[in-house]
Amino acid sequence: MTDLVQQDVRTQETRAMSVTATKSRYQSAEFSDRLRRRYAAERRFRLAGMAAVGIASLMLVVLLGSIVGKGYTAFWQTQIRLEVTLDKTQVEEGNYMPVLRQALYAVVPEVTDRAGRRSLNELLSSGAPYQLEAMVKANPSIVGTKQTVWVLADDEVDQFMKGFIRRDVPESERRLNDIKIGALDKLAAAGAVKSAFNTTLFTAGDSREPEQAGIWGAIVGSFLTLVVTMLLSVPIGIAAAVYLEEFAPKNRWTDLIEVNINNLAAVPSIIFGLLGLAVFLGFFGMPRSAPLVGGLVMALMTLPVIIIASRVALKAVPPSIREAALGVGASPLQTVAHHVLPLAMPGILTGTIIGMARALGETAPLLMIGMVAFIVDIPHGLTDSATALPVQIYMWADSPERAFTERTSAAILVLLAFLILMNGLAVFLRKKFERRW
Amino acid sequence: MQITVLLLVLVLLTVIGFQLGRSRAAASVGGRTVELHSVPSYHGFYVALWAGLPALLLFALWSASEGWMVMQMVLAGLPDRLTQVDAQALSLLRADILNLAHGVNTGREPDPAVAAAAEQYVRLRSLGDWSLLVIGSCLAMGGLLYARGRITPDLRARNRVERTVNVALVICSLVAILTTIGIVLSLLFEAMRFFAVVSPIDFLFGTHWSPQMAMRADQVGSSGSFGAIPLFAGTLLITAIAMAVAVPVGLMSAIFMSEYANPHLRTWLKPILEVLAGIPTVVYGFFAALTMAPFVRGLGQGLGLDVSSESALAAGIVMGVMIIPFVSSLSDDVINAVPQSLRDGSYGLGATKSETIRLVVLPAALPGIVAAVMLAVSRAIGETMIVTMAAGLTANLTANPLEAVTTVTTQIATLLVGDQEFDSPKTLSAFGLGLVLFLVTLTLNMVALRVVQKYREKYD
Amino acid sequence: MSVQTQFPTASAPLRSATGGPLLKMVARDVKVFYGAKQALKGIDLEIQENRVMALIGPSGCGKSTFLRCLNRMNDTIENCRVEGLIALDGEDVYGHAIDAVQLRARVGMVFQKPNPFPKSIYDNIAYGPRIHGIATHRDELDEIVQTSLERAGLWNEVKDRLREPGTGLSGGQQQRLCIARAIAVSPEVILMDEPCSALDPIATAHIEELIDELRENYTIVIVTHNMQQAARVSQKTAFFHLGEMVECDDTEEIFTNPRDERTQGYITGRYG
Repeated sequence: MTDLVQQDVRTQETRAMSVTATKSRYQSAEFSDRLRRRYAAERRFRLAGMAAVGIASLMLVVLLGSIVGKGYTAFWQTQIRLEVTLDKTQVEEGNYMPVLRQALYAVVPEVTDRAGRRSLNELLSSGAPYQLEAMVKANPSIVGTKQTVWVLADDEVDQFMKGFIRRDVPESERRLNDIKIGALDKLAAAGAVKSAFNTTLFTAGDSREPEQAGIWGAIVGSFLTLVVTMLLSVPIGIAAAVYLEEFAPKNRWTDLIEVNINNLAAVPSIIFGLLGLAVFLGFFGMPRSAPLVGGLVMALMTLPVIIIASRVALKAVPPSIREAALGVGASPLQTVAHHVLPLAMPGILTGTIIGMARALGETAPLLMIGMVAFIVDIPHGLTDSATALPVQIYMWADSPERAFTERTSAAILVLLAFLILMNGLAVFLRKKFERRW
Repeated sequence: MQITVLLLVLVLLTVIGFQLGRSRAAASVGGRTVELHSVPSYHGFYVALWAGLPALLLFALWSASEGWMVMQMVLAGLPDRLTQVDAQALSLLRADILNLAHGVNTGREPDPAVAAAAEQYVRLRSLGDWSLLVIGSCLAMGGLLYARGRITPDLRARNRVERTVNVALVICSLVAILTTIGIVLSLLFEAMRFFAVVSPIDFLFGTHWSPQMAMRADQVGSSGSFGAIPLFAGTLLITAIAMAVAVPVGLMSAIFMSEYANPHLRTWLKPILEVLAGIPTVVYGFFAALTMAPFVRGLGQGLGLDVSSESALAAGIVMGVMIIPFVSSLSDDVINAVPQSLRDGSYGLGATKSETIRLVVLPAALPGIVAAVMLAVSRAIGETMIVTMAAGLTANLTANPLEAVTTVTTQIATLLVGDQEFDSPKTLSAFGLGLVLFLVTLTLNMVALRVVQKYREKYD
Repeated sequence: MSVQTQFPTASAPLRSATGGPLLKMVARDVKVFYGAKQALKGIDLEIQENRVMALIGPSGCGKSTFLRCLNRMNDTIENCRVEGLIALDGEDVYGHAIDAVQLRARVGMVFQKPNPFPKSIYDNIAYGPRIHGIATHRDELDEIVQTSLERAGLWNEVKDRLREPGTGLSGGQQQRLCIARAIAVSPEVILMDEPCSALDPIATAHIEELIDELRENYTIVIVTHNMQQAARVSQKTAFFHLGEMVECDDTEEIFTNPRDERTQGYITGRYG
C-alpha cells in the first residue's frame, strides 16, 4: 500500500496531464452546467410530488376540520330552568304548555303585552310540554305541587347562547328580538340557563324542530338495513367465491361470470337504486322506505366486493394445504370446508367488514327506494318505514336552520366514528391473523 | 309475523332433522358406523336438507309471487270504470292500493272502491301468509319424514349432500349475473316506456331539459322538454373539473409515495389517502355545499367574478378530492408493476430519478394509467351525492365552471325522490337517464378492466 | 438514497506498482452491507484500461454486488451501505467531485436480462444522448444511433425498422440493443452483469465476439458464471468467493495455474 501511494505521488503530474487529455465530455463545464439544470428539474419534480401529497392531506384536514368545527357544538343543548306549578285541571286536560308559559312569564313580569309574551313563548321548545308530561307520567304524585324543571330551549335560543346569533347586530336583522334577549339575560343571571349534553340527539327520531331532532331513528334504520345486507351478501358472496375459486371449471362461462362481477363492482351505486325501485318496489310490490328493500339493494351492491375480497383470500391459501387434505382422502368439499375456508376466513372477514362499511356510508340507492322520507318514529321491523344515517345527513344538510347544520355535522361525526370503528376492526383482524405463507 | 314464525319453524325442523338423521343412521348399523357408506353427520345433513330446502324454495317462490297474485285478485274485484283504463292509470291505481294497504298517507281522499280494495288486499295478504306458514311447515315436516325413511347403511348420503351444496354454490355465483340481467332488463323496460312517449332522438340530442313542464297535459311528450344534452354537458363539465384535480394530484402522490417517500413517511401518508377514500360521498357533498361552494363564491367575488352559489367548480373540485385516492391507488399498482429492470436500465445510463420516471416508467405504465383514469371518469360520472347536494338543479347548457349546471345523476335523484307519479314521463325519464349512465360507465369499465388485464399480463 | 460512504482520503493510483497499462478503475478495501448483512468483505481490485476483466465465482459470492458498486447502482437499493474506495481515473466515485449521474454516464451498464425500454429501437438508443444533451441536432442523433448500432453489430438487422418497438426483437438482438444503448452515451467503462445468461448459444457467441471488438475503445468488466466465457473473452479474471476476492490474475494464469485451492476447486467444477 505504501509503495502504491508513493507511486501515486510520482505519477501525480502524469495524471494531471492525462486526465486533462482524456477529459471526457462528462467532465466539461457544459455538462456540469446541464447537470445542474437537470438536478433543478429533479427537485421541481420531487416538489410537485410533495405538493400533491400535501394537497391531499390538506384537503383531508380542511374537510375534517370544517366538520368538527361546525359540529362539535351540537353535542350540547341549551336548557331553561322553570319553577312550574302543576295545576291539576291543566294537567288533566293535557295543557302543559300554559303551565310552562306561566312559569316563564313569572320570571319576566315586566313583559305584559301580547306581542312580548309571544316572544317569550318562543323561547321554549315546542317539545318542552312533552318533557313535562313525561315527568308527570313517571311520577303522578307531583301534580298540584310546585316543581323545578329543566326544559329544552328553542333552537334559536340555543344558537344565541352558543354565540352564533350575535347581540351587537341591529334588532331588525337579528333572529332574536330584544325582549327575548332581555328575558334570557335575566334567566342566565339567575342561573336558570344551562348547556347540557344533548341526549336528544342520540335518543330521538327526526323532527322539524332542530332541538328535538335526533339520529337514533336513522341509526336503527341503518342497523336494520345493514343486518339484511349482511345476512344476504356474506353467505352468497362467500359461496360464490368458493365456487369460482375452488370448483368452477375454467371456461367461457366462468370467464363471463368473472368479467361480470368485476364490472358490477364498478357500476354506479345509483343504478342499484334504480334496480331496487323497478324490481323490488315496482315488480314485487315491496313496501317503500323499508330497511328490507334497502338491505336487498345494498346486498346486491356489496356482493361483488365480498366476492372479490373472498377470492383473493382463498387464492392466498397455498395449494399444498389442498393437496394434503385431498391426499388423506377428504372430498373436495370437505377440503374446502375443513381446511381452505377456515384459513381464508380472516381475509374474507376483513373484506366483508370493508364492504359493510361502504354499505353503511352509501346514500344514493336508498334515495331511490324512498328511504328519504321524513320519519319521526323509530323503526321496529324490517318493513317499517325508516331512514338511514347517511340519508338523514342528506336531509338535514338541506335544512336552512343553523341548528340543523350543526346537527348534520354531528351526525357526520357519528357516522365517521362508526366507519372508523369498522375499518379499525378490519385492520385489527388483518394484523392479528396476517399470515405469510 | 307469520314469516318469522315460518322461518323459525324451518330452522327448528332442520336442526331436528339433522339430529334424527344422524342418530337413525347410527342406529341402522347398531352403532358400528364404519359400516355406513357415509359418516352419520352426512345422513344428518341429508335429512336436514330435505326438511329445509323444499320449504325454503316454496317460501321464496311464494313471497316473490304473492304480491302480484293478490293484486290481480283485488283488481279483478274492482268495478270496470277503475280497471278498464290505460296502462298508466292502472299502475297508478295499483300504487294507490299499495299505499293505502301499507298505511301510507297519500294526502288524497281515496275512492271508496279503492279503499275497499286496499282492505281486501291486506286481508288476502294475511290469508296468504297464514297459508304459507301452514303449507311450508307441512312441506318441511314431510321432507323430514321422507328423508328419514330413506336412511339405510348403503345410502350415499355424502354424495347427495355434496351435490346439493355444489348446486347451491353455482346458484350463488349466478346471483351476480342475475343482478346484471336485472339491471339491464329493468332499465330497458322502463326506458322503453319512456321512449314510447319521448323519442330517443329528442332525448339524446335535444338541448332543452325541463321535465316539470311536461306534467301539464298539453305538454306531454312535447319535444324539447326532455332534451338531455344539457345534462350530459353538465356531467362532462363537472367530471372534467374533477379529473383536472384528481389525475395530477393522484398520479403525483402515487409517484411520490412509491418512488420518493421513505418507508417511514409512507406509513404516515398511506392512511391519509385511505381515510380520504373511506369518507362517505354524502359527507363530501355536505362539504361541497357548505364549505367549498361559499369559499369558491367568495374567492370569485374577491376577484370580481360572478360565481353561482352552486357552481360546477365547487362540486367538481370536491369530487376531484374524492377521486384522488382512487387514482392514486390504481396508479400505484400500475407503477409498481413496471419492472425494476427498466428503472435500472435508465439509471445505468445516467438518468436522474425524475427523468427515469417521466421518460421510462410513466410511458411504460401509460396503458395502465389510462385505464385508471377511465375508471376514475366512470366513477365521477356515476357519483351522485356530491352533485345532488352541491350542483344545480336547473339544466344549463354552458361550459363556464362558475355557473351552476346539473348532471345526469342529480336529475335521476331529484326526479325519483319525493312524491312521484308512477309512469309519468317525468319519472320514467330517470330510467332513460339511468340507461345512458349505465351504458356509458359499463363501456368505460369494460375497456379499462380489459386494458389493465392486458397490461398486467405484459409484465407478469 | 440511503447510501452512506466512508472513504479514506487517499486517492488511488493510475498505474499498478508493476507498471503495465493505465488503471482505469481501482477498488480499495470495498465493503458492502445490506442492512446488517455484509455482502463484500474488503475487495481490492485494479481494472486496466482497454482490457476485459471477468469476475467469476459461485452465485451469491458478491461479484454482482461489486459490479454495481463501480457505477453506484447500489444507490438505488434501500439500506445498502458501501465503505472503502473506488476510483475512476484516480477520482473517488463516491466523493464530491463525481456525481452519480455523471459517473453512470462514464461507466455504463448492461444487465443480466435484456431490458429494452418499451419504446422504438431508435428511441432506445437515443434515450441516453437525449438526457445528457449530447446531441443537439437531429442529424447528430441519427449519427449516434447509427454508429452505436453498428458497433453493437445490430445495424444491418434493424436499419429498416428503427421505429418499431425494441421489445419486438429477439432475446439476443435485445441484448445487443442494450449494449448499443450503453455505447450511445460514449462511456469509458462498460459493466456487464451476466449479459448472456438469458440467451441461447448462438446469441451468446454473437455477444462474446462483440465484447472482444469493444475492448479496443472501452474498458469492460463482465460478471459471468460461465468459466468458458470468462476464458474466451477476458484478459484478466478475478475469482470471488463468499464476499471476498480470492485472487486476480491474467485469465490464462487463473485457468491453468490457480494459486488458491478455492479457485482451483471452482474452476475444476468441485463446487459453484
